[in-house]
Amino acid sequence: MRKFSLVSVPYFWLLILFLVPFLIVLKISLSDTALAIPPYTPTLDLSEGWAGFKAFWSELDFENFVFLTEDALYWKAYLSSLQIAAISTTLALLVGFPIAYGMAQAPDEWRPTLMMLVILPFWTSFLIRVYSWIGILSTEGFLNQFLLWLGVIDTPLIIMNTKIAVYIGIVYTYLPFMILPIYSALEKLDGSLLEAAEDLGCTRTKAFWLITIPLSRPGIIAGCFLVFIPALGEFVIPSLLGGSETLMIGKVLWEEFFNNRDWPVASAVAVVLLAILIIPIILFQRNEQKQREAGK
Amino acid sequence: MAVPVFAPWDDPTQKPLIQFKGVTKRFGDFTAIDNQTLDIYTREFFALLGPSGCGKTTMMRMLAGFEQPTEGQIVIGGKDMKGVPPNEREVNMMFQSYALFPHLSVWENIAFGLRRMNQPKDVLEARVEEMLRLTRLTKFAKRKPHQISGGQRQRVALARSLARAPKLLLLDEPLGALDKKLREETQFELMDIQENTGTTFVIVTHDQEEAMTVASRIAVMDEGRVIQVATPSNIYEAPNSVYVADFIGDVNIIEGAAKRAGDGYDITWAEGVPPLHTRKEEGELISIPDGGKAYLAIRPEKVAIHTEKPQGMTNAVQGRIIDVAYLGNLSTYHVRLANGTMVRAQTANTRRLALRPFTWEDEVWLSWTDTAAILLAE
Repeated sequence: MRKFSLVSVPYFWLLILFLVPFLIVLKISLSDTALAIPPYTPTLDLSEGWAGFKAFWSELDFENFVFLTEDALYWKAYLSSLQIAAISTTLALLVGFPIAYGMAQAPDEWRPTLMMLVILPFWTSFLIRVYSWIGILSTEGFLNQFLLWLGVIDTPLIIMNTKIAVYIGIVYTYLPFMILPIYSALEKLDGSLLEAAEDLGCTRTKAFWLITIPLSRPGIIAGCFLVFIPALGEFVIPSLLGGSETLMIGKVLWEEFFNNRDWPVASAVAVVLLAILIIPIILFQRNEQKQREAGK
Repeated sequence: MAVPVFAPWDDPTQKPLIQFKGVTKRFGDFTAIDNQTLDIYTREFFALLGPSGCGKTTMMRMLAGFEQPTEGQIVIGGKDMKGVPPNEREVNMMFQSYALFPHLSVWENIAFGLRRMNQPKDVLEARVEEMLRLTRLTKFAKRKPHQISGGQRQRVALARSLARAPKLLLLDEPLGALDKKLREETQFELMDIQENTGTTFVIVTHDQEEAMTVASRIAVMDEGRVIQVATPSNIYEAPNSVYVADFIGDVNIIEGAAKRAGDGYDITWAEGVPPLHTRKEEGELISIPDGGKAYLAIRPEKVAIHTEKPQGMTNAVQGRIIDVAYLGNLSTYHVRLANGTMVRAQTANTRRLALRPFTWEDEVWLSWTDTAAILLAE
């Protein structure tokens, strides 16, 4: 009984903070939009008892989900989000792995400082940091001024309000989530394994591919998911840096909710997004599980 | 049928497989190896023995190619090893931690080195199977390293390092992680494997018993220098210094002044007692000026213990038993002499406990023959 009560605490937590809100969103997604407060019907009227519940139930339908398939905007936004998230994740891996590798190779006394530097950006609001990229990337921004001054270019580069700015923003924001799991995998790597590989006829490069990469794979997978999952639903970065050109589902969601005040369609978008995210989340969990078992 | 004695180091026509020529290795200000010259011969089981930090691991890592000598030259099989990286040496190493690849099965661990040799698939497979049989691991081929026991992991490491049939196999404290019983068994296995494969083995250990058991020759090291290189029996019976005598086994050291007398030396070690005599063995080169400082090293098992003064013994000293260490098969008596020197005498317990005549606080006589003690100058 005691064990049960102990286990029930996290489940209770999940129930209140995840399942109940999700069920509310799901319910709204099955409703119809209305000029009212809240802006949808039906609402459950408990005063009418069972008959009221039946009336409420009969009014729910999948109209909004059907609507999502009819308007090309939505599936284009989903696809574009997947593409942007995938490209950003790849870029974050390409940038993050060498940083993590460098940190793991650094002398012991340097490591806490390097770790600190990776985490340091979190001390400032995410929003402010994304805003500051506007100052760097805009036509009159620091980057263009610097390149003009160097003489590398003679007309300013247009980076703001393109996908490139979104990639930069996502890679910049989520880089620590890529670095930290890879670093933690590389740090555990026993240096004698690389020596053994060399001893057994590998060049250093070969040893890196045959030993370092496979042994840091759990970290790489974890890092990729930790970047991919939030990037997929990202809304702030494409809004601020991507301009109107960038179509991302997070932004569509926002516009449905706040510009169109169409809560039912917005909720349907959210439910589908969640369904899409469940696949990588399950894969991520399985990776963590496998890692825990291997660690035993 | 006489078995020829394996002693290539005594044969001037033999060419050594490994030569350290005036090798010095410095790490910053610290001199790990100090101008050492050493020859190791083919098919030898050579032990580098010494306390931690004596430089033995550095010697081995220089052979493997993980470290380069600061000065001097290392020659393996007649080839200067300067600048040759580990992967291009016909040398393999068995790591202290075993360094098995955790993501690969036992089979793939053993095949790892062979895959780098671009052999045909069937040759590779046959070699892996052979190694599995040699180390009795066939049943565990599909397991991952974390799914087998410590002793099995040790054998995987051995199989993996032998798979490429290296000219030279380096073993870095190979049995350190095993419990005593398994370690003793494995020592004999190692010797069998070394003999069957004909590979030259260089083992690094701090365990003198292990070195004595497995090695054809032992190099005793201290602070970056090789103090003595000799066969196990010579290291034990004819150490060249107090350091070696003390490091290998138990020893009593009696300090005194030497004086030539008859067929050897007399050692004056205390006032009012006759000097101790030691006979100079044939071929012993030691020479100490009269009155010079000298040390007598006597192994406890060569010291006899008596209740009465023994007749006709040149070396007999009186003392009192301070401590008795009962080890089952042996007993060691710690006897304090008149001048405070402690001498240990060891006897085999051939009789039942109650029948033995010595106990604490007894006045006893200790004696040893005039060839039992080794005279050392330093």
